[in-house]
Amino acid sequence: MVVLENVTFLYPQHDPVFDNLSWQIEHGEAWAVLGPSGGGKTTLLYLLAGLMQPVSGEIYIAGKVLEGPRPRTGLILQDYGLLPWATAHKNIMLGLEIRRFYGPDGKHAPEIADTVTHGERADYWMDRLDLREHADKYPAQLSGGQRQRVAIARTLALNPDLLLMDEPFSSLDAPTRERLQNLTFELRAEEDLTTLIVTHAIEEAAILGQKIMVLNQPPNHEPIIIENQEAGDPEYRWQASFYDRCSMLRQHLEEPE
Amino acid sequence: MRRRNLLLAIVVLLFLWEVASLLVNEPILPGPVTVGQTFLDEITGDLASHFLYSTARVLASVILAVLLAVPAGLILGQSERLNQLFSPFVYMLYPIPKVVLIPVILLLFGVGDLPKIVIIFLILFFQILVLVRDSAANIEPKMILSVRSLGAGRRALFRYVYLPASLPAILTALRQSVGTAVAVLYVAELFATQKGLGYYISLNGSTLLNYPAMYAGVVAMSLLGLGLYFTVDILERRLCRWNFIE
Repeated sequence: MVVLENVTFLYPQHDPVFDNLSWQIEHGEAWAVLGPSGGGKTTLLYLLAGLMQPVSGEIYIAGKVLEGPRPRTGLILQDYGLLPWATAHKNIMLGLEIRRFYGPDGKHAPEIADTVTHGERADYWMDRLDLREHADKYPAQLSGGQRQRVAIARTLALNPDLLLMDEPFSSLDAPTRERLQNLTFELRAEEDLTTLIVTHAIEEAAILGQKIMVLNQPPNHEPIIIENQEAGDPEYRWQASFYDRCSMLRQHLEEPE
Repeated sequence: MRRRNLLLAIVVLLFLWEVASLLVNEPILPGPVTVGQTFLDEITGDLASHFLYSTARVLASVILAVLLAVPAGLILGQSERLNQLFSPFVYMLYPIPKVVLIPVILLLFGVGDLPKIVIIFLILFFQILVLVRDSAANIEPKMILSVRSLGAGRRALFRYVYLPASLPAILTALRQSVGTAVAVLYVAELFATQKGLGYYISLNGSTLLNYPAMYAGVVAMSLLGLGLYFTVDILERRLCRWNFIE
């Protein structure tokens, strides 16, 4: 699904964030990228979203070299990126509106036009994420959890096959965070999604990542990759193995190999 | 603002006017009743066409300024390079009191409506340009990235992000400058025209010495300014609803 081949990336006048990084994500996997601030997590996400280009090396998604944002990659950012002047419903419709604006050109929207109408699709996601009663509210009138569900609905309405999330639940209270983490897993199964979440929170990486990549201070050349197949089961967070996994991740973060 | 408070303010102002007129007791300051009577007589006659001329000139300037300043402000606001190139020009030209350019503009654009529209346009243009540019430049970069990830290219970003984000700035600029625009309209209409409230006020005040009619013109000009101000207010409540949520 995603292949990075010898990717090097640096910001002007800085040392490389990634130096010849090679990495692979298979279709349907749930990845978490864990690392400290400044470790390059968000940069990696922007590279995969096509919002930044590597200095050298190639990124392939679904077999094609990535040259810019790809219609079937969904991105959800830390502060949700909702338009403050648009209601929840209009925000959910935004991606669909942009597709209508360009038409099925293969660049901004998939080449094959949708068979489901945009209105029906927005309605489906509003119902699926319990947003119907908040449809006419502006983002400022919504709670953090509701705003995050709007951002998820807006992205999933575009029918992505790859979902990238940047610390999506970090600012939420614990119960809301747990509910949305569970929802992420349900949606992954329902929509046959490949997911990648970047986070600085060890517990979040352990609960959401069936595979976890640990980034440390750059340059990242050979990241540490940890198998964590128990992730995705809501009960996992109460089990002893979960705490073991968290302490192991903590060690990796503190003492990079 | 409550309607009751607005009415109260009007009553108090009229009362103060009446008291001042009684104290002065000269033809130069007739009371509100005399002026109101003259206004009603004149507005059904000559004053109406002067009022319409002035309104048309201000509206033409507003429309022209919005049509030119908004795209220019958006372009400067989202391109750091262009902004760096042009901001010294804006910085130099913005504070120049445009009203002093009236003689030059009259020479350049002749005696018709155009010079009057141009002078008000210049005032509004810079005000809107600066506010729209700053609002576009201050859009959260993460919002741009997230909308780009939904497929938006440059055109869609303008349509769905930059334009709606700058609406409050456009309306704030208009609100701040309608007062100045009407004041400058008065000055501009003193020159080379026989139509417009500026001409009407000056003719009745200085030549005909018909003070009640002069004040009727002043009332008409105030109503023009107030009308524009209220229109901007209504537009803001309609178009920027998210700014008024509780």
